[in-house]
This record gives sequence, C-alpha cells and structure tokens, in this order.
Amino acid sequence: MKCTGKAVKYGDNVDTDVIIPARYLNTSDPKELAAHCMEDIDKSFHAKIAPGDILVGGENFGCGSSREHAPIAIKASGISLVIAKSFARIFYRNSINIGLPIVECPAAAEAISEGHQVTADLDAGQIRDFTTGQSFRTEPFPPFIQNIISAGGLVEAAKAGIIG
Amino acid sequence: MSMTMSQKILAAHAGLERVEAGQLILCALDRIHGNDITSPVAIREFQKMGFEKVANPENVTLIMDHFVPNKDIKAAQQCKCCRDFANEQALESFFDVGKMGIEHALIPEEGLVVTGDLAIGADSHTCTYGALGAFSTGVGSTDMAFGMATGKAWFKVPSAIKFVLTGKLPKYVSGKDLILHIIGMIGVDGARYKSMEFTGPGARSLSMPDRLTVCNMAIEAGAKNGIFEVDDVTLQYEKEHAKRQLRVFKADGDAPYDAVYEIDLSALRPTVAFPHLPENTHTVDEIGDIKIDQVVIGSCTNGLFKDMREADEILKGRKVAKNVRAIIIPATQDIYLKCLEAGFIKDFIEAGCVVSTPTCGPCLGGYMGILAEGERCVSTTNRNFVGRMGHVDSEVYLASPATAAASAVLGRIASAEEVMK
Repeated sequence: MKCTGKAVKYGDNVDTDVIIPARYLNTSDPKELAAHCMEDIDKSFHAKIAPGDILVGGENFGCGSSREHAPIAIKASGISLVIAKSFARIFYRNSINIGLPIVECPAAAEAISEGHQVTADLDAGQIRDFTTGQSFRTEPFPPFIQNIISAGGLVEAAKAGIIG
Repeated sequence: MSMTMSQKILAAHAGLERVEAGQLILCALDRIHGNDITSPVAIREFQKMGFEKVANPENVTLIMDHFVPNKDIKAAQQCKCCRDFANEQALESFFDVGKMGIEHALIPEEGLVVTGDLAIGADSHTCTYGALGAFSTGVGSTDMAFGMATGKAWFKVPSAIKFVLTGKLPKYVSGKDLILHIIGMIGVDGARYKSMEFTGPGARSLSMPDRLTVCNMAIEAGAKNGIFEVDDVTLQYEKEHAKRQLRVFKADGDAPYDAVYEIDLSALRPTVAFPHLPENTHTVDEIGDIKIDQVVIGSCTNGLFKDMREADEILKGRKVAKNVRAIIIPATQDIYLKCLEAGFIKDFIEAGCVVSTPTCGPCLGGYMGILAEGERCVSTTNRNFVGRMGHVDSEVYLASPATAAASAVLGRIASAEEVMK
C-alpha cells in the first residue's frame, strides 16, 4: 500500500475528543463527522488539507475515548495515512479495523514538518520526506494484522472467513 | 513460562495452556456491550458483515446512557436503532430509560460481568470490571460487531506493570486520589498497551467502589486493562451480585512485569488533575485560589453509592457557594433510590444542588452541564481534555467526590479537610 500527500502535523496526546468532539456524536455519518474533524485543535484543518494528505502526530495519538467516530472522521476527511511516534491502543485497533492506514514511526514523526511532501510504502516499510530527502524505515505489521488490512478491515476479513 | 493474572484469563479464554506478551490470539468472550453512541455504528457494521443473528444473545448487552433521556432528535434516532436491534435479536439485557444506569456502574451491579470473565465493551472505560478480577477492555464499534457476530475478539497479549499497594487510605482520600496519583506518576501513556495489576495489603484494604474507580481510569494511563487480585472483598461483592460461576485467576509468583511500583496509601493526599490532561496532577496542598463555576459529581468513575455518601457528608447542612452550579448524578436507578432512602437527595437539594437521572451527559460535553467560554468545573469524571465538557476555552479539574463537594461549598478548588475542620 502506497500513500502520497503533504504532511499536516500535531503534537503529543492528540485525543479523540479533539479529533471529533462528543457534541457531534449524535450521528455516525462519516461525512458529518468529517466536517468537524480536528476543529477543537485546529479550525483550519479542512482548509489546509487535500485528499490523500498525511496526518503526523506525536506520542499517544488518539488517546481517550473508544469512539470509532475518530478514525472514521479522519478517513472521511480524505487523510490517506496517519504517522505517529506512538498510538493509543483503542485508536490503533479501530484504525486497523476500519481500514485507515496508520504507522508507528518515531523518527519520521519527529523529522517531518508541516507542509512537507511525503510518500509511504507500507509493504516495503519505507517513508520518504521529499522536501528534505530523508528516508525512514517502519516495522511491518504481524501477518495476523496484515491479513485484516489486506482484506480491507475487520468486516471484510470476517466476511471472507479469514478470521473468526 | 509464568504468566500475569491478565495473561491467565486471556489464555483460558483462548483455550491455550499459556500465552506470552506480544502473542496474537482469538478469545471467546463472556460479555460484549455497547452504548447509545457506539452501538449504532456496531449494528451497521454487523449488518455489513452479512450476519443476521448475534452468536449469543445472552452475552450481548446494550445500555442507553450517553445522551438519554434523548437530548435531541439525532440522539433519539440512535437509541431507536439500538432498541429495534435489541428487540429483533431478542437480547436478554437491554437497558433503556427508567431501567438504565451508566454502563460501568450498571454492569457489575447487575452481575453481567463477574470474576474471571473476559469482557469487551465499545466504550473506553470498560476496563472498570478489572476491579472484580475480570479482564475487561474497551474496543471500538467494529470489534463490538465482530464480537456480537462470532462471540470472539482478537487480542495482542499485553505485558504488565505491577502496583504493590501498602498502608490504608487516610480520611477524605479515596480510590480517585490513588488513580490520579498513579497517572500523575507514570503519565497518560505510562501503561500504553499494558495491563496494570494491583496487589498487596493496601489493595486488599480498598473497598470495591474504590477498586472500580481505580480500574475505570486505567485507560487514562493508556492501559489495556486494570485488574485487582481476587480476595474476600471481591467474593463478598460477587455473593451479592453474581448470578454465574466465578473463576479465580492468580498471577504466578514469578510472573514477568515490565515495572513494579510500591505505593503507600497512607501517604496519599487529595489529588486534582489540572487541564488539559489527567497526568497534570497536584495535591490540594499545592493549589492556590482557583475560583470555579461548576461542580459535577457522578459518572462511571464516581457515581456509586459510596461516592454519593462522601459528597453528602460534606454537603449536608451546607450551601453551594454563590455563582457555582452543582450537578449530582447517581450512576444507576438503584443507587438513586438508595440515595433517596438515605436522605442524600434531600440534603443535596437543600444545599442548592441539582440531582439528575443517570446519564454520561456532562462528562463528555454532551448535555446536562455544558461549560461556557472561560468557565471552570471541578468534576469527578475521568477526562479533562480540551473542550471535553463544553467550550474549547473551558477547563475541567478532575477530583474525588469529597474534593468536588468541598469545592462546591467554598466556590474554589478546596479539600474536604478545609470544610470539615
């Protein structure tokens, strides 16, 4: 899987309440959720991004609530990949389950700045920052999780009888 | 290879002799639950998977607690979606307005998760039931859907951090102060992906409500689960609540831990987490004059009868300070009724508080206590993120019921000691 776009960057402990505030959780419609994505941390989020762009976070990205609405809102906003130093576990799990590509890479998350042009090849385990020319290695997913991702998420994996 | 308590429960539910940290396993679940926010997404995914019937209707629980009584038309639609699904699937446990409670208070009270169980819930505070000696963890809606469809979930076996507790909690210091102290010490990602296992003579001295509060906030340290060793307090609680056979698991004496912390409970002070992270903790002794606009006492963290009793001790015969709104929310109908019988509701109303039907409402900025720009709230809830309870420029200070009640009386962040001296 390859993702290409420009980076939009945030700090440590980006929580699910700022990714999608609970006042909008009276709906689960991806488009409606996307319209409010990140608004409590960055009102210009939607103005900044184009489809395919890459969200870069610090430590513990996605901490807090288990709301799947958070990765859904990010995905429906057009973000193609989230790179972070580390992820909170429920957010990590939810992203895999709904098919939002995410990758833990502390070096890339540290080095990449906002606006940089980035390409990631998750199968090859490589992230490249074209603006600076730097490359970063990432750990491949274990086969069990790779199967879920390849199927397109947990729903598709279950349908295909890959797990369960 | 020896195992932690959490690993033993996972191994037993995967049908394996032993498991080790990092291993990916598929486990049979004893309980799968969701609420009015997360269940509609799960129901949609369940239908997308092409499933018609839930695997075990007796193991699936839906609780309407976040935005009920319905706060608006969209919330009403979400509850209707859950209600229709529960009827269609003949779910044994569906809790609607009038019978519901805040899920993490209601589930142990109803005996829906018991000692030794493996439970998932589409709500991050599902880790609460570790207090009973169960492995329980929060998941998203798709995991809930998969769990409903197959009765199973995939897990990466966690490593663990051990907390050896000694001593006894001083007066006006509770489980909330202990868990805030721990989060302040290890940080909001200090136990990320890991189990937090509580043991030692101090753990045994803690009441079940205190243990429930401690495990409830394990997620605020990033943990996968929090769990207490099973003892007489557990067994006594389960005698009154469990309707199924218990299974008692114990960590091996030489089980591997990533870290071991010793905490003397008798040295703890009332603790408050400042905005905007639960790790920004200060003891009441370090706090200056911080004026407040609102107090919330309730939630899945601190809405139990013991929490209400501790608030009552301070509020009875006193008045909420001018310009402070105090909102009290007993977590279940049963707790509400017990508060009524004990005279707490009268005390609260006479003190100038409002008492609400069970709801998660204000904790997550849903309704029933939203903050305006620049307002400050002392709350017994579990998160103080930016905008959590309302306006993006409002502030939430997390504290125990005793500290919150004392703050309501004095109109600034204050300890119970100061009011009761």
